[in-house]
Amino acid sequence: MLLEIDNLKLLYGRIEALHGISLHVEQGEIVALIGANGAGKTTTMKAISGLHAISGGSIRFDGTDVSRLRADLRVIRGIGQSPEGRGVFPGMTVLENLEMGAYTRRDKADIAKDLAMVFDLFPRLHERRKQAGGTLSGGEQQMLAVGRALMTRPKLLLLDEPSMGLAPKLIQQIFEIITRINEQGTTILLVEQNAQQALSRAHRGYVLETGRIVKEGTGQELLHDPAVKEAYLGVA
Amino acid sequence: MDFAELVRGFPELTTTGLVQGAIYALIALGYTLVYGVLRLINFAHSEVFMIGTFGAIWTWAAFGLDSNSGAPSVGRSLLLIALAIVAAALLSGSVALLIEVTAYRPLRRRNAPPLAFLITAIGASYALMELMGTLTQRRQIGSPALLPADTLFSIGGWSVTPVQMLTLSVAIIMMVGLDWFVNRTRFGKGIRAVAQDANTAALMGVNKSRVIALVFVLGGLMAGVAAVFSDMKSGNTRYNIGFLLGLKAFSAAVLGGIGNLRGAAIGGIMLGLVENYGSALFGSQWRDLIAFVVLIVLLMFRPTGLLGESLGRARA
Repeated sequence: MLLEIDNLKLLYGRIEALHGISLHVEQGEIVALIGANGAGKTTTMKAISGLHAISGGSIRFDGTDVSRLRADLRVIRGIGQSPEGRGVFPGMTVLENLEMGAYTRRDKADIAKDLAMVFDLFPRLHERRKQAGGTLSGGEQQMLAVGRALMTRPKLLLLDEPSMGLAPKLIQQIFEIITRINEQGTTILLVEQNAQQALSRAHRGYVLETGRIVKEGTGQELLHDPAVKEAYLGVA
Repeated sequence: MDFAELVRGFPELTTTGLVQGAIYALIALGYTLVYGVLRLINFAHSEVFMIGTFGAIWTWAAFGLDSNSGAPSVGRSLLLIALAIVAAALLSGSVALLIEVTAYRPLRRRNAPPLAFLITAIGASYALMELMGTLTQRRQIGSPALLPADTLFSIGGWSVTPVQMLTLSVAIIMMVGLDWFVNRTRFGKGIRAVAQDANTAALMGVNKSRVIALVFVLGGLMAGVAAVFSDMKSGNTRYNIGFLLGLKAFSAAVLGGIGNLRGAAIGGIMLGLVENYGSALFGSQWRDLIAFVVLIVLLMFRPTGLLGESLGRARA
């Protein structure tokens, strides 16, 4: 098991936002975490990447307990994240943003190889490589955030709302790329409001409601589950 | 208003203004670096500079030089200045790091509100000032004469002394070096990343605490260099020298656009020049007033300063 979360609890001030979440991600999978606004999806991501301290439970990654590890050290262990809101560095060029992804890596030849791989996945980023990150369109920033997370060479790639704010055609495109990244060997945990796309691409999924996991299953199972259909897929 | 005085003294006013401006600029960089990364105005930075001025004088004293000794040879003077620069920069850098680790870091750990940082900054500033005041019996301490006071070269009516020449060249080297460090090196990239988005920087593997410590040290190094030239320019120092100089340098940082490195450099130089021209025009008792009036007027028209906010947001 690559990622194993057991009874995870997290406090925002005095309010408990996650009430004991358990989930796991196997090597090579795409796992989708779906749920409404405020269900705790982004909070779960922040707990996994270490941006927010947890108040209970444990997070095991690649065989070790990382529950109390600093966020920057989790990156070195192999947890890469494309954060909510993309987090593009506005004053850095596209190329510098991508280089930031390789901040902890030393092998220049290896980095160059990954950069070529990212430009191959996102030719648009190559066209814009000298442009400041802040001047990109929403879709381009999303590509940059995903590409930059890949530059950390993650064992587990966390994607927080990759489809947010994108036109339907671009959503389709970004999910195709996510599938391609997975086929090239990267395990993915994906948080999405676009449940349709996420579940049809994912091997397995979890449904999060107000800080609790209420359902789990394969992508197809959840996609055809009546309750999920009604709540998240907009069909009665 | 005495325009004749301004015209007659223009070359000299420009040179001394540039020298004073270079000192402001070097100190201003420390304010702007810390602000860029933490959105914190480190009021204790003035004391980081002040301690540097003593660091230089103690270094010279260790070689048996005080305000009464005659000037050593040029070669020996340059060596002594170089040593003082290294010593003062290291001392100021260490004090800056000490302030960060003992005063600010514990507050960050506890997620303290911004006001707590501000009060801590003022407290740290007074603590250091009083500490040095006690150590030196609140006396003014003279700095030895190091380079000959005569003219190094003059073009027309424009004459430059060796100390002025040295101040300007070293200041330029330090500023270009810092600019290169922040914009071209890996550590510099880490600084800019934390300044632009601290959480995302952590997701890139940047150790935020280390970047913050680095920024305090860099600011301290710059202030230490400024301290040596301040000693040589004014010939003495005092435990409270940081108060007004720090305030002016902070103004210079705001003038240029706080958080912006090149802004701090330009703001410092501008403030030095304007102050000098203004005091020729209105009389030197107005010097400090002029500096702050210029700041207030400029901020009325450009609230974010000359070059605008943020470390490396615009690359220029």
